[in-house]
Amino acid sequence: MRLSRSEQVTGRVFLILLVLVTLLPFVSMLSAALQPRGTVPTGLTWPSDPQWGNFADAFTVANMGALLKSSGLIVAGVVPVAVVIATMAGFGLGHLKIPGARFVFVFFLLGLTMPFEAVITPLYYQIQDFGLLNTRWAIILPLIGLFMPFGVFWMRTHFVNVPAELSEAARVDGSSTWQLFWRIHLPLARPAIASLTILLFLWTWNQFLLAIVLVDDGTKRTMAGALGAFQGQWGTDQVLLCAGSLLILTPTLIVFLIFQRQFIKALLQGSVKG
Amino acid sequence: MTLPATGSTSPARAHRNRWARSGRWSGWLWVVPALVMYVVFVVRPLTLTFQYSLYDWNGIGVARWAGLDNYLTVFTDSDLLKIIGNAFVLIIFFSFIPVGVGLLVASLVRRMATGLFGTAVRTILFLPQVIPLVAAGIAWSWLLSSSGVVNQVLRAVGLGGLARPWLGDFDTALPSVGMIGAWVSLGLCTILLITGIGKIDPSLYEAARMDGAGPVREFVAVTLPGLRREIGVCLTVTVIAALASFDIVYISTSGGPGYQTTVPGLEIYRLAFAQRQVGLASALAIVLMALVLLCVLPIQRLTREEKG
Repeated sequence: MRLSRSEQVTGRVFLILLVLVTLLPFVSMLSAALQPRGTVPTGLTWPSDPQWGNFADAFTVANMGALLKSSGLIVAGVVPVAVVIATMAGFGLGHLKIPGARFVFVFFLLGLTMPFEAVITPLYYQIQDFGLLNTRWAIILPLIGLFMPFGVFWMRTHFVNVPAELSEAARVDGSSTWQLFWRIHLPLARPAIASLTILLFLWTWNQFLLAIVLVDDGTKRTMAGALGAFQGQWGTDQVLLCAGSLLILTPTLIVFLIFQRQFIKALLQGSVKG
Repeated sequence: MTLPATGSTSPARAHRNRWARSGRWSGWLWVVPALVMYVVFVVRPLTLTFQYSLYDWNGIGVARWAGLDNYLTVFTDSDLLKIIGNAFVLIIFFSFIPVGVGLLVASLVRRMATGLFGTAVRTILFLPQVIPLVAAGIAWSWLLSSSGVVNQVLRAVGLGGLARPWLGDFDTALPSVGMIGAWVSLGLCTILLITGIGKIDPSLYEAARMDGAGPVREFVAVTLPGLRREIGVCLTVTVIAALASFDIVYISTSGGPGYQTTVPGLEIYRLAFAQRQVGLASALAIVLMALVLLCVLPIQRLTREEKG
């Protein structure tokens, strides 16, 4: 199909407009972050003397080192376990066709559209009973469970589409189910697993509700939870708030820019299948 | 979704039957870990939410049976009804605006640009999906504040009379919160729709043009039906985000002024942890979950491909 030149130009203009709207909040935060401390910034004005030192202040004030460590620990606790058990369940339900697979799958699906707010109150009392309030486990354990509907759905979709003949051939060779999984299915599932890993990483890192309800100490929270605490504490200091927020965003942005191709693929697939 | 054909006959069949008897039930071992985590941290709490919703309970003392009273309150209390209404107003912003703008841009762009320009556009449009919603809330609170960029622009073009603290103003608070949500989903929807439009058979457009269809007819007859699935995806994701919104509201307005921007998610949090009305909070939580399903299932039904 050929588009006329003017159509192409209008399309591009709209895209660029969209890009500018998307970037505006970031630029406006940057311009505020570079104003001298103690001043009240107005709108978008490039400072005559940019105070890059504000970022160093924010780094200390926000306790970035501790925050990074905390979020890293939470991600390390959630993502590998969630990906492994979701992959196993997806294999069991999608490929092995265990008895009752359909029923179990529908049971998992029930949780797919459930907002986290629907379970947050009982979760609080449950975590309290476990004696885990104010520890990182209070975020890690529930998140693994909350990710199961999507994780299992995602991996099952992959395994259901793998031709059954592949396994039958291996069965004739006398492989056990484990060998079958490990040697044949796991390598084939790598792209699906990679996308799931990226999505769960993002959703863990950005988890806010569980962090503010179950953990009081900002340095034991996820990045999003820490950012919430930072705003609560420095909300009136616009310059520091903007510097700190940008700083807290930086790790995500770096990871995103490095893996942007994989991220976009995962997010597109994730929303299509979810 | 396509299911593989069942009952295939193959040389491995005899072998498989033997395996089937001993191995099928042991296959459950693969599912058990995920099932345990799901039951302990989703199903059990969800059952408890339902149970709490039938009681009057302050979270500490003795719970008193309340039957359906809490639900009655949810559906009759004017504040709570307003709060539920707010969530539906947010759908206009979180869902309809991004899908509308996305459709417009997609039908103008038709094909995602390749090369450096395309990659850059895609990467930037995805940024709001990657950052925490909390960050979006902080950035926009600043943008929409009295001394923020929005007012600066208004004053610059001589519309200074309109300038106001957008998130603090009774009339503009909810639409302003909505705009934050629109900003978050705009990029994702646009890219999904551009990708989708690129998959529509170009001959359909040529046929439409030969029939003398103008841009509007072409959009209605070719683009919309061709994008049904993608539109469904965008609507599903964003409607859930609107109804279950919490992060953005908590950060940008805390629900104020008054109840102007309070949404069910925030009210559940407040009722359960600040006002200690666990029963009422739980009833609202069950209602919220039901509303999400009530909105999402028809969208899925309408936009799924028939063969699905």
